[in-house]
Order: sequence, then C-alpha cells, then structure tokens
Amino acid sequence: MSVEYASQVDSVAEDSIVGDGAGGSDAVGSATVQSAPANASGYPSSLVGTSVVTLDDISTSQISELLHRAQYIDAHRKTVAHTCDGRVLATLFYEPSTRTRLSFETAMLRLGGQVIGFAGAQLSSVSKGESISDTLKTVSNYVDVVAIRHPKEGAALVASRAASVPVINAGDGGHMHPTQTLADLATLQSRFGRIQNLTVGLCGDLTFGRTVHSLIETLCRFGNVNFVLISPDELKTPQYVLDRINATPTCSYVEMSDLAEGIGDLDVLYMTRVQKERFFNEDDYLRLRDTYILDADKMRLAKPDMAVLHPLPRVNEIAVEVDDDPRAAYFEQVKNGMLMRMALESAVIGDELPGYEPLQQKEMRV
Amino acid sequence: MEVTSIQNGIIIDHVPAGQALKVLEYLKINPAKTRLALIMNTTSNRFGSKDIIKIETERDINLEVLGFVARQATVDIVRGGTIVDKVRPTLPEHIVNVLTCTNPRCVTSSEVGLDQMFHLAQRERGEYRCDYCDEKAKR
Repeated sequence: MSVEYASQVDSVAEDSIVGDGAGGSDAVGSATVQSAPANASGYPSSLVGTSVVTLDDISTSQISELLHRAQYIDAHRKTVAHTCDGRVLATLFYEPSTRTRLSFETAMLRLGGQVIGFAGAQLSSVSKGESISDTLKTVSNYVDVVAIRHPKEGAALVASRAASVPVINAGDGGHMHPTQTLADLATLQSRFGRIQNLTVGLCGDLTFGRTVHSLIETLCRFGNVNFVLISPDELKTPQYVLDRINATPTCSYVEMSDLAEGIGDLDVLYMTRVQKERFFNEDDYLRLRDTYILDADKMRLAKPDMAVLHPLPRVNEIAVEVDDDPRAAYFEQVKNGMLMRMALESAVIGDELPGYEPLQQKEMRV
Repeated sequence: MEVTSIQNGIIIDHVPAGQALKVLEYLKINPAKTRLALIMNTTSNRFGSKDIIKIETERDINLEVLGFVARQATVDIVRGGTIVDKVRPTLPEHIVNVLTCTNPRCVTSSEVGLDQMFHLAQRERGEYRCDYCDEKAKR
C-alpha cells in the first residue's frame, strides 16, 4: 500500500488553492450543523447542533459545562431519565469496540432515548461499497445524533460534514477520541475537584498513544499542570506535543524513563500499554517491560491520594492487586465516560436536563 | 551567464536553488509548450544560490500555490522590457487539491469524492497538515 501512496507525493491535482478568509484559525473541522453559529472565537456559541470531531471543536468553558452537566446527571439519575424521550442515537461502528459502543448506547438509554446502529463494517452497507458520506446522509434522516467509530483517520470529520445532525467521534483510527479525554477530565474532576494545579504523570507508550496526546493538549488549554512523561527512549512524547506544553506558560514537563523514580511526586498517574511490537529489538522490550508495570510495590512509593487512570483495556501494565487500592480510578473512569457521553449527547441534541442550572449562569449570579 | 531578457511577461525570482522545475509543475506551467527561460543554481546575494524562471507572455499564476511551494520567491511583472511591478506570494491558510495526503490510514485514501484539503498549521515553518488526519504535508 505505501508504495502506491508514495508515488502520489508530488502529484498536483485539478483545482487550485482557496484562501481561508475566516481569520486563519488553526482548528480544523469546526463542523457545525443546524444552529449554533460560530462566535468570534471560532467556537460554536452553543453546543446544540454541534458535532464533536475533536475537543478543539469546543471551547474550554463548554468542556467545563459538560463536566458540570455530568456531575449533575450522576447526582440526579432519576430526574434526568426522560431527558431524551423520543430521541434516537445511531452508533455507526465500522470497527468493533464493544466498550465504547456500549457506553454511548447506555448513555442514550439512561436518558430515555433509543438506539440503532451496527457494529462491524461487514454487517453494514459498507460491504456493498457505500461511502461514509452517503451512509451519514441516509442515517441523518432517521436519528437525532450519531456516534461514529471508523478505522480511517479523519472519518469522523467526513461524517460530520455529510450529516445534518450532530456527529460525535467515537474514535477515528489513531487520530482522535474526544469522549475518552472527556472521561479522563471527569475523573480528575471527581477525584480532585479540579483539573488544574496538578502534577500529571503519563507512563508507557507516549509516542503512539492518542489518548495521552489528547489529554496533554486539552489540559494545556486549561493550564497550570506539570507533566511527568515516563517512557522508554523508543516511545517518548512527540515533539509537537512537547511544543504544545512549551507554548503554555503555566505548564511544564520533565521526561524520565523510570516509573519508580517519578511516582512519588504525582497527583495523577495515567498508565498506557507498552506494546511489544513497538520495540525495535526484543532485548530492550524484555529489559524495560517490568519497569512499566504498576504493582503494589510501586504504589507504596506514591502519594496516599494519587489517582491511577488507564484508558482500558489493560493487559498486564497494572497488576490486578492494584484494583483494590482506593487510588485505582480506572473503573471509575469508565463510569465517568458514560456520564460525559450522557452530558454530551443531551447537550448536542439540545434537550434540557430537568432542574439543571448551567455553570455560566451560576457564575453570573455569584 | 546571460539570458536574453523578456519583453512582456513575468520573472519568478529567488526560487530556492534546484526547485524551478517543481515550481513549474505546481503552477501547472507546461515547459514543453511555454516560451520560458530557466536559470538554475545561479548566485544570489540574499540566499547564496537561487533559480530564476522567466516566462514570455502574460500569465496568471496562482500566488498562493507559489507561496506554498516557494515562499521566498518574488514575481516581477515585465512590460515593454522593463519591470513595472513586483509582487510577493502569500502563504495560504488553506490549500485544496494541490497535494495528496500520503498517510495510508487517512480517510482520503478510501472515501471517494473528497477534496484533498490542507491547512497551515505552523506559519514560521510553513508547515501544512491534512484537514482530515493531521498528517504533515510532504512536498
């Protein structure tokens, strides 16, 4: 495959260049459907009708609002159980991801709505050769909101541009997975009551882990975070992510290769899987493998209120014995993922949560 | 080295050394059918060495495409044997259907009917990234 694409590097296609007069924003795919005109900052003025392909599509105050909504939902589950009565969510999963799909679907069911969809492209019209755009134009007629997972990077942007209803990216290849980051933020919020003024350690595969990059970039938007980047030399954080931290005056980072060395300083430890196939040679893998396994011995070096996060599924990077430690937050993270998807689905559809007071109005009253 | 001057047309000067043919390709100027002079790897006070493209007859060239492929270039407009105007190319915010994304995992590699769209991600480095997958553009 790669040979075919390499030959296209310099090929020049038909049309010419189109200047982007819209203020030169670096953000791509602020795909807005229905209402919600973009305001001066480039973000939609309301989440209603907004597609979320990446978290860069929405403002930090809108992310804060979603965190606040999720907390309200958790505390008022019965009250919100009919928020989305009569609504339908489509989960279009072109590759199987059982946990993410169940989370999106449960979120809609708990709000009173219903769910249609498919899991696995072989079951869908894709197997007959239908494009993403055509599928979305069709499904838009049936449902109020779409969650899409697709193996190709950028598929969610294509979907959001074709759809006439809001599209939520449930993972597009190795590219973006915004609701995972929302789950991570909600877990920090519930453990510490804040997502700033924290020392956040990220451990494992920091080169290829999209969840790690997305979390770092989003925390940088809020500011006041110290990052401790713990990885083998082969799997260090890419330069563009380090540039993002450097460009944030209130954030800083240190890089190290030994988890035991850094763990004592951390408020948060975000674990990721180190995959054997990422290493260039087997010896390095065998030498380093155990240094990135979190077990009870390493937990003894950590602060008593540190939170351990993991995007799941785990293989062996967190020993099962750690599950019983109150600092283990990764199954709580799963719950927060569902709550954030409830918050997001109801917000983009535009259904009010009964009795809910938005964060911004609350602030104005104080 | 002397090359006869043109009477009416344009001179694309300060093209990065060795890049003149690539510039013609991006500007969709066919050197087999166009009366032009190509000066390659000549000395430049500003850059050490450079290429120059002189094209006889008026041509509308796309300054944004030129900005993308050779941002340091300048364009002289020649009328009656003298330079009457100088223009500089602009670095476009967005380029559509000029390059092809080389990332085999990008949705543009499988979905039909998509424009190839890149945005300016980093102005100082002139770095463009694919709108869909954020892969860095290769020139």
